[in-house]
Amino acid sequence: MASVVANNLTKQYGKKKDLVQALKGVSFEVEKGELFGIIGPDGAGKTSLFRILTTLLLPDGGAASVDGLDVVKDFKAIRQRVGYMPGRFSLYQDLTIEENLEFFATIFNTTIQENYDLIKDIYSQIEPFKDRRAGKLSGGMKQKLALSCALIHKPSVLFLDEPTTGVDAVSRKEFWEMLRSLKEQGITILVSTPYMDEASLCDRVALIQNGTILSVNTPDGVIASYKHPLVAVKDDNMLQLLNLLQQYEGGLDAYPFGEYHHVVLKDGYTTASVTTYLQEQQLDHVNVHSIRADIEDCFIALMKTESHEHK
Amino acid sequence: MSTNNIAIHAESLTKRFGDFTAVDAISFEVKKGEIFGFLGANGAGKTTAMRMLCGLSIPTSGTASVAGFDVYKQTEQIKRNIGYMSQKFSLYEDLTVRENIRFYAGIYGKTDAFIKEKTAFLLQELHLEAEANKLVRSLPLGWKQKLAFSVAIFHEPEIVFLDEPTGGVDPVTRREFWNMIYKAAESGITIFVTTHYMDEAEYCTRVSIMVDGRIDALDTPMQLKKTFGVSSMDEVFLKLARQAKRSGD
Repeated sequence: MASVVANNLTKQYGKKKDLVQALKGVSFEVEKGELFGIIGPDGAGKTSLFRILTTLLLPDGGAASVDGLDVVKDFKAIRQRVGYMPGRFSLYQDLTIEENLEFFATIFNTTIQENYDLIKDIYSQIEPFKDRRAGKLSGGMKQKLALSCALIHKPSVLFLDEPTTGVDAVSRKEFWEMLRSLKEQGITILVSTPYMDEASLCDRVALIQNGTILSVNTPDGVIASYKHPLVAVKDDNMLQLLNLLQQYEGGLDAYPFGEYHHVVLKDGYTTASVTTYLQEQQLDHVNVHSIRADIEDCFIALMKTESHEHK
Repeated sequence: MSTNNIAIHAESLTKRFGDFTAVDAISFEVKKGEIFGFLGANGAGKTTAMRMLCGLSIPTSGTASVAGFDVYKQTEQIKRNIGYMSQKFSLYEDLTVRENIRFYAGIYGKTDAFIKEKTAFLLQELHLEAEANKLVRSLPLGWKQKLAFSVAIFHEPEIVFLDEPTGGVDPVTRREFWNMIYKAAESGITIFVTTHYMDEAEYCTRVSIMVDGRIDALDTPMQLKKTFGVSSMDEVFLKLARQAKRSGD
């Protein structure tokens, strides 16, 4: 059974001149027990979507359900069942760690002891500081506390809105390890992120941009549906190289990608044709090799197709 | 004005808050026209270091000069000769594109003639002519960030400080943004940039990595990967940051 269903959801803000279409008909389904990623940049509509699914915002059109319950009619029942960690730290800064957790347990009619098992791995890391006020915690500790509070009533679906934004690479890795182990306990998890590289850590992902879903698939499935040959190219003068590659007639697109430039090729063009072209431009010893697309390549390609279709 | 080709010079620069040493005797130089990546985990001391270099916080000890000006005594000159933008603070949402440009250029004391001419050029470069009289609030994030960067270098500073300028920006716009950084660097502006995207570390001329208030590594991306025997900047960063003893921000 699907745990979360979104069917043609729309949402807009503002009036006439300042009208923003935040969601333009978003549909997807999340299976029970899945770790599902909503991947997209700021302004894509991720937060609007999460707020609708957690019954904090009414959609303008379409329908959605969580655990089979309608987000408009059954909002009270949904609130009992979901955990929500908003993008901005929203706990009580002048309550201690323990007081915050106790507060959330109490409003859901439970106790810390009752569901301690569920939060043990996460909470035990901050428990030695349980008398410290939330406002005095480091970013990583706040994050662990917020996650503990979102879990304390043993939700069946957990919504995490950009839990890793502005978090450094080490803490991001740790956070994803926590999510993997929560998934083992059978909780359905929806997590949004602007970091493309986090897509590979999800069971399935929805890529979202400008209020439109570009693709829903497994990370491997997204990559497998990438249609064009892709090569990585590197040379001493990367700026000059990029200019040449952007003028290449066999190329559909060329853009920087870490230490390499990626070149999307038209069908029939190969690594050898790129090497020949660069030799014609007096670049003889350029490192050119064929590569598999990653999620970011796919996202770029989907973004460009999408904006093309809307012109 | 700085007389040599050094944009930033820091020697044992230190900042303590009580008994906590946020920045612990860092020494480094940034050359003019360089794109200098300033990396570090949350809480490593990046923001504190940047605040000192921008003339917003007086160091506890050590020395530093920015654009040739002293961080203890010439903070006003520093502020006049640098540009700054971050993901959080950039433009006024309820001013129009044109008003934002006018406002910032005015703060830096630019003449009306200069502002008028350069605004026209800038709007054309950014393809924002049609949006010139729209509120900044109505622009997509990527456009805002590109505009914010242009505004930060509008007064032609010697150095521009960019604090996570591309956070949350889509992958296409992120690349367009870096293209603008390259152009600015080519025109001679020194770029001092922080980021959480490790692929962006590759775009820097040199990269420093802060751990627990110290600079534990400083080199070109290629040399850093060689030194640590790894194939990506991501791994370099993880190797260093995992040694950190203090946590969070």
